[in-house]
Amino acid sequence: MIGASAHRKEGRAKVMGTAIYTDDKFVPNALHGVTVRSQVPRGILKGIHFGEGIPWAEFTIVTAADIPGKNLVASVVHDQPFLVGIGEAITHMEQPILLLAHPDRHLAEKARLAVSLEVEELPAILDIQASLDLEQVIYGTHNLLKEIRIQKGDPATVWERAAHVIEGEYFTGAQEQMYLETNAMVAVVEEKDAQTWVTVWGSLQCPYYVHGALKQLFGLPEERVRVVAMEMGGAFGGKEDYPSVNGGHAALLAWKSGRPVKLIYDREEDLACTTKRHPSRSRLKTAFDAEGMLLALETDFVLDGGAYATMSPVVLSRGAIHAAGLYRCPHVKVHARAVATNTPPPGAFRGFGAPQSLFAMERHMDVCARKLGLDPVELRRKNFLRMGDTMATGQVIREDLDLGGLMDRALAEIGYHDKRAAHAITNQGEGPIKRGLGFSVFMHGCGFTGSGESYLASVAGVEGLADGTVSILAASTEMGQGKNTVFSQIVAEALKVPFDMVDVAEVDTDRVPNSGPTVASRSTMMVGRILEDAAIGFKQALVQQGFLQEPYTADAFRAAVARAVESLGSVKCYGQYHRPPNIIWNDSTYQGDAYPTYSWACYAAEVAVDLDTYEVKVEDFVAVQEVGRVVNPRLAAGQVEGGVAQGIGWGLWEEVTTKQGRMINNQMTNYIIPTSADLPRIKVVFLENAHPAGPGGAKGIGELPMDGPAPALVNALEAALGPLRLDEVPMTPERLMARCEEVANG
Amino acid sequence: MADRITLVMNLNGEERSVQVHPFARLLDVLREDLRLTGTKEGCGEGECGACTVLVDGQVVNSCLVPAIQVQGAEVITVEGLARGGELSPLQAAFVAHNGAQCGFCTPGMLVAATDLLHRCPHPTDDEVRDGLAGNLCRCTGYSKILDAVQTVANGGSSK
Amino acid sequence: MRGFLPDCDIRVPGSLAEALGLLSAEPGVWTPFAGGTDLMVVYNAGRLKATRFLDLSRLAELRGIAEEGASLAFGSLTSFSEIREHRAVHQHFPNLVKSARATGALAIQNRGTLGGNIVNASPAADTPPSLLAYGAELELVSLRGRRRVAYDRFHLGYKQMDLAPDELVARILVPMPEGRSFHYFRKVGTRQAQAISKVCLAAHARVADGCVAELRIGLGSVAPAPVRARNAEAALIGKPVAELPLLAARAALLGDMSPIDDIRASAHYRSVVTQNVLGHMLRELASV
Ligand SMILES: Cc1cc2nc3c(=O)[nH]c(=O)nc-3n(C[C@H](O)[C@H](O)[C@H](O)COP(=O)(O)OP(=O)(O)OC[C@H]3O[C@@H](n4cnc5c(N)ncnc54)[C@H](O)[C@@H]3O)c2cc1C
Ligand code: FES
Ligand code: FES
Repeated sequence: MIGASAHRKEGRAKVMGTAIYTDDKFVPNALHGVTVRSQVPRGILKGIHFGEGIPWAEFTIVTAADIPGKNLVASVVHDQPFLVGIGEAITHMEQPILLLAHPDRHLAEKARLAVSLEVEELPAILDIQASLDLEQVIYGTHNLLKEIRIQKGDPATVWERAAHVIEGEYFTGAQEQMYLETNAMVAVVEEKDAQTWVTVWGSLQCPYYVHGALKQLFGLPEERVRVVAMEMGGAFGGKEDYPSVNGGHAALLAWKSGRPVKLIYDREEDLACTTKRHPSRSRLKTAFDAEGMLLALETDFVLDGGAYATMSPVVLSRGAIHAAGLYRCPHVKVHARAVATNTPPPGAFRGFGAPQSLFAMERHMDVCARKLGLDPVELRRKNFLRMGDTMATGQVIREDLDLGGLMDRALAEIGYHDKRAAHAITNQGEGPIKRGLGFSVFMHGCGFTGSGESYLASVAGVEGLADGTVSILAASTEMGQGKNTVFSQIVAEALKVPFDMVDVAEVDTDRVPNSGPTVASRSTMMVGRILEDAAIGFKQALVQQGFLQEPYTADAFRAAVARAVESLGSVKCYGQYHRPPNIIWNDSTYQGDAYPTYSWACYAAEVAVDLDTYEVKVEDFVAVQEVGRVVNPRLAAGQVEGGVAQGIGWGLWEEVTTKQGRMINNQMTNYIIPTSADLPRIKVVFLENAHPAGPGGAKGIGELPMDGPAPALVNALEAALGPLRLDEVPMTPERLMARCEEVANG
Repeated sequence: MADRITLVMNLNGEERSVQVHPFARLLDVLREDLRLTGTKEGCGEGECGACTVLVDGQVVNSCLVPAIQVQGAEVITVEGLARGGELSPLQAAFVAHNGAQCGFCTPGMLVAATDLLHRCPHPTDDEVRDGLAGNLCRCTGYSKILDAVQTVANGGSSK
Repeated sequence: MRGFLPDCDIRVPGSLAEALGLLSAEPGVWTPFAGGTDLMVVYNAGRLKATRFLDLSRLAELRGIAEEGASLAFGSLTSFSEIREHRAVHQHFPNLVKSARATGALAIQNRGTLGGNIVNASPAADTPPSLLAYGAELELVSLRGRRRVAYDRFHLGYKQMDLAPDELVARILVPMPEGRSFHYFRKVGTRQAQAISKVCLAAHARVADGCVAELRIGLGSVAPAPVRARNAEAALIGKPVAELPLLAARAALLGDMSPIDDIRASAHYRSVVTQNVLGHMLRELASV
């Protein structure tokens, strides 16, 4: 079963239009919620005024003063309020101030506009530099949300004696997840036996995050909060932390009104208010010897973390650990900071900090190759990590890595050497079209960073059903990545039964244990592994208790499960994460095994630039990766293709334009994601190399494809156009034109 | 303030009538008044195509169509593609090829693809891209969607 | 959805005369509604002031593409899809076909109309540059009668037109070129489909005795409304195609444009790229 391209479990419902997403849920008697938000980046809330012409008495109104528990969103750091109270600080545009609900959604929308806020404005910090310069102190004492240092050896001892020292500065912009389904929540709060029971259904990646947030918001014990994940129309990290906010809002309105509440964002609100990829700035300094061997690397990596810490500490951590790329280097120093600004907090987005720091590193390698007079292929080949090498955190490479072979495969797939030679000739021509090939080589750490998995201690299980089939109990959510299918394959394989005898249980915190958040490419590798254990335990229990005899047929298994359920009432078996003994991590020194393993990849792109319009067409794209054993090749290829498409968008077109920290191109017509006419067919190659951490040797795959496209594309642009200051993504036509003009104008 | 109208349409092969505001969006009529929630709202600005339905045989964005303009029309939504529980060839191909990931673009994509193959039974990849360019998908990068459409059209993928 | 539905009304007139009657009885109150692909977007975003609409879509008098003398006459309700599919349009006006193909995507092309594209008066609209290049004329109708306006005099400023509140655009008449001629259309959007133009240039030329005998250039997205590039045209008319004065034409083009910075592109980008596209157009003209 593992290794087969089983069809998506929920595929039939999806193609028939019968899959139920949050806003599809029929909720009789529901109110429609709306959120009133700040229209200044920083200030003190002085008053709230309700304008004329609205039947306010018909409305449910929730302000900060109504909150029954703590007015802080439970997250990595508890610093963000659900709503801003009178006299309290507004810290960014579009910050939620109060909530309204009414049975008529048109009237609710009209009322939203009739509320005016009285605010004493304060000067705001809107970008990384202003925050570092402490133009205003807006967070703690130094505007720092998190600071991390990683050191190995001492680069300071190298600069003087190195043959070459090369510096560079690189920038990456914010990026919107643009899941097709906007954020959506339905909440019901019941008073039973003089106690409050909160239930939220929503489009959310991490049911137990929302569960934790609701407990704190209402001051309720675990069992009185229930969170159910509906079918989800994409997430990509965008529904990792934000659902704790809007889930809380929906529940507050339901609690105050005593009626069910639907809180559905429209696209404009979703774009302007919810989380994005963190903008970044990287300053790199590298030393090479005369042959091009990397001697030292120092990087100053800064993320714009917005007004609250939210996920920034962990995004920063992954970015910092990936900052040195996959090169062996004796002296490395990483200084990473997430700084506060008065902008809506960014959050998780596929890649989680790694795309930012890897863009800088992989772009810098091409810049260095040019300065050293070396082919970018050969410079990389000389410096790749190999078995026995140590990474910046001191993690020793224990696998037999062949990054040179991986790179060569990608270059062969795209026809690198022949095409480069051909471009060298055709680019001499008069015409405006110039072509180039570029690539990037990179890795992505699988699972949570450092001791994250140990803290989580995830639990997942399998349950026998009365009809003899098996149901998977895990809080991992399906957002299109194929979790339902892959989990079923893993469990079917472990139980040695057909795929259609296994399915997943609805993700409802009343029913499934906390298998951790659905993030960090961890579901297949981490939760899959726990499920494999649980399934084997389940089978052994059946055997031990005499229901089943090995070897068995599918029918015998089904009959055994049915018998067991009938005689025992319920048959479940859980597994839990155990830290493998050889994985050690120290959170305070940032030393040790940052990840149990890494996926490795080389992506190559061919671009055509039109120098009349500075439009860039991606003509060919090859994605070669080693991700351990591939559980479901077709789903895995889909993950890579989709991730590459997002990476191409980030590299070339997707720009978040802001005014006073607020996104002003917050419509689909103005935030440009690729259409079917903008992308080539993406060639996907998996090189298999079973890794023991995951089930049947699987590693993570969800985020990896986001890391490689941007640097590959920008490197290709340089190959097409010659040396330019190509230091930033997205490299939009406007930006590319400006960079070309810099050269033309000297 | 307008009076409600009795909107009559042939919806997925059935005569339906419903009392609605004449300027209500077809999308809302389908989802709220008729509870056919297969058709999705991804943007409300004509950009994403998640709300695509067929009106008198033409693909339209139902978020941009007021009810009164479909008075007497034939409307087909994703719910009308399968016959008697049997998936249409395109629906089956989307399942087999992983053309639907999160599935949110899928209803609109399938309606657009159905229309495309109706107009152009053996399209090239570029014709498929053109026919589906108004249907944004954030999950797939479109490759598997192209595969699914080409399997139905040309018995396999074509470049 | 942010429009306030309860305030809205839409009427379906049974005939053109009835529509014109309503428009003339309450001028400025009723907003014509054709395919709705502009109006509904603004309504959904809660930014539409108008609340009372007149549904033109069932008025047969405003439909159809037909030859009339030396012109092809397009009913204002002609959709982009109809333009894409019509043989005579392909034969005589390839730029219009390209404009229609480049507009939004199929679902928009099925509903969006030529009349709506013109009266919405977006500087970034894609058929106007082609209509300008072909020397189109508009036929306007009201209870007061019919009148014709040369399209290049129709747009008076940003969203200002030579169109009275009681008038509708009835037809668009485009003279069919005689003999062989040169057609050029290029749209530069933010992506390959479903994109709003950042730059758009359409041209139509006739070459005689190796020289540019006639030339019209229409520009989009570089002025408050679609404009003719009269200065650039003047710099090129009469010149031999083998030695077109590229630099002079580019310089003249600057006098035709007044681009601005907005969310989609900078003024500088629009200006430079329009000049480059003109250069591309001239290279093609020189090679025919
Ligand atoms: C997703 C999307 C993509 C788009 N892409 C493009 C594009 O690439 N290029 C482009 O040019 N446009 C584009 N548009 C805009 C729009 O589709 C066109 O402007 C279209 O031609 C409008 O026609 P309509 O019939 O839909 O106009 P409507 O919305 O019905 O009307 C538009 C305006 O014209 C008036 N009007 C309509 N008909 C008449 C008439 N006969 N007489 C007087 N007034 C009239 C209306 O009162 C209104 O003010 C796009 C729109 C969307 C939603
Ligand atoms: S919801 Fe209609 S096009 Fe997006
Ligand atoms: S499958 Fe998710 S948007 Fe297309």
